[in-house]
Amino acid sequence: MIDYDKVIVNAAKEMKPSGIRKFFDIAQKLEGVISLGVGEPDFQTPWKIRQTAIKTLEKGKTTYTGNRGLSELLEEISEYFEDTIGIEYDAEKEIIVTVGGSEAIDISIRAMVEPGDEVLIVEPSFVCYAPMVSLAGGVPVPIATKVENKFRLTAEELKEKITDKTKLLILPFPNNPTGAVMRKKDLDAIADVLKDTNIVVLSDEIYSELTYGEKHCSIAQCEGMRERTIVINGFSKSFAMTGWRLGFLAGPKEIVQHIFKIHQYAIMCSPTTSQYAAIAGLKYCRSDVKKMVDEYNMRRRFVVDGFNKLGLECFSPEGAFYVFPSIKSTGLSSKDFCEQLVYSKKVAVVPGDAFGESGEGFIRVSYAYSVNHLKEALKRIGEFLDEFHNK
Amino acid sequence: MDALINLLKTNARLTNAELAVMLDTDEKTIATCIETLEEKGIIKGYTAIVNDELVDDENVTALIEVKVTPQSQSGFDAIARTIASYEEVEACTLMSGTYDLCVTVSGKNLRDISLFVAQRLAGIEGVLSTATNFVLKRYKDNNIVIIDEETDERGLISP
Ligand SMILES: Cc1ncc(COP(=O)(O)O)c(C=O)c1O
Repeated sequence: MIDYDKVIVNAAKEMKPSGIRKFFDIAQKLEGVISLGVGEPDFQTPWKIRQTAIKTLEKGKTTYTGNRGLSELLEEISEYFEDTIGIEYDAEKEIIVTVGGSEAIDISIRAMVEPGDEVLIVEPSFVCYAPMVSLAGGVPVPIATKVENKFRLTAEELKEKITDKTKLLILPFPNNPTGAVMRKKDLDAIADVLKDTNIVVLSDEIYSELTYGEKHCSIAQCEGMRERTIVINGFSKSFAMTGWRLGFLAGPKEIVQHIFKIHQYAIMCSPTTSQYAAIAGLKYCRSDVKKMVDEYNMRRRFVVDGFNKLGLECFSPEGAFYVFPSIKSTGLSSKDFCEQLVYSKKVAVVPGDAFGESGEGFIRVSYAYSVNHLKEALKRIGEFLDEFHNK
Repeated sequence: MDALINLLKTNARLTNAELAVMLDTDEKTIATCIETLEEKGIIKGYTAIVNDELVDDENVTALIEVKVTPQSQSGFDAIARTIASYEEVEACTLMSGTYDLCVTVSGKNLRDISLFVAQRLAGIEGVLSTATNFVLKRYKDNNIVIIDEETDERGLISP
């Protein structure tokens, strides 16, 4: 008999199933659930992108590409960085086209984290960082951001957690789930702390196109930071291309050359059809992105206002497509709130603690839905709260 | 203004308060804007998009292609106005291409429509010919998918 317990490595055994997964299973079993729970756009991928994919398929362009990605795409990405954050990255040495931002996060961590290394993870945040760090033998060290600080990371909070084992800071802004963004001055303060250390920043900027108000700013733009920052971005959120599995990373060649080797051996190259399509995206579809942003912005105001009116205090987010209202006034835990809500009113939202302990007391609500859908969901949440308070 | 018009086009039943929140302004401004749009005739009315099949499956609609001789003074306008004034006519538009006016008509049955074409349309001076196309099924109208619910392919929850 095979002893499976001996087969699986401890790091995998110890990986907790994502908090989202458990809740998903509950929601899935109920009928007629309306959801505010997804982390992907409701828009279709712009037609020009889909059309380009179809055309290259028709022509049979379905072989591997170069390991880094198609040169034309790499050039476009390089231009994109210059255009958006004003930083030059060498298309041939400093950029890799990856299988989503997800792969970029994974291979960057694998290239830089060794057993015992501490990795600072700003929380609440996307679910994959800590498990990937642990898999590499690293020690995830959460840094909780606070609603009083608009969920931004402060220099003091950062300083407190730095030790001589700190290897990496994962900086995910615009943030999923809070919708927080870091302004230039906030980033400068962080840069100041890191400048004289050997700590590298993994800056997950996958929502960089989706900001409402000021334009997105990258920590790589701060003085002395380009040489110690890996920027992660991708097509999933900005171009509504989640299923195409395409992202990219950029950084100083001294780091990227080693990350590249992992990509080369583990992945070979990112999906070819998606790469051709993405070229069309960067070349012709930036205005489609703008239209989506305008639409998200209207919904954002609508939802923030809705929650505040319901008495669930809601921080006004400046990026991504989530709001993160506090449910502390109900006295319920995030999990209980979400479970009761989905059982009684069939509305699915995600418990805030799925994004780290500091998310307790909050729920994540996605507004990647039509206004009519949002309206119905808010109405049901209102009914839920009325019934709850009158019990 | 454009954003307001676009919102009303997709859902004319949003309240002024809701519109104000979405457009980051106040209710009074919205009310004034809408009034102006109505006064200027930019907004001509508000209507419901109804799936007729569920209300009355006897109803028939036709798109009639009409060729006309343009009048020396008024071009197509005079004839188009006459046609538009008939109560059976839901829509009347001037087209480029192989015919001139596209006239949407609905009635209780095929006979209603053929009578309308034979007696009212064909009799108008300047009308050269008509071709009647009956609507068999509507899938989408005014940006709204009619035939079935649009399904959300996304799962209920994702990170
Ligand atoms: C903050 C953040 N980073 C990365 C990803 C991964 O995106 P993808 O792998 O589709 O590019 C997500 C997806 O939800 C995310 O929210």
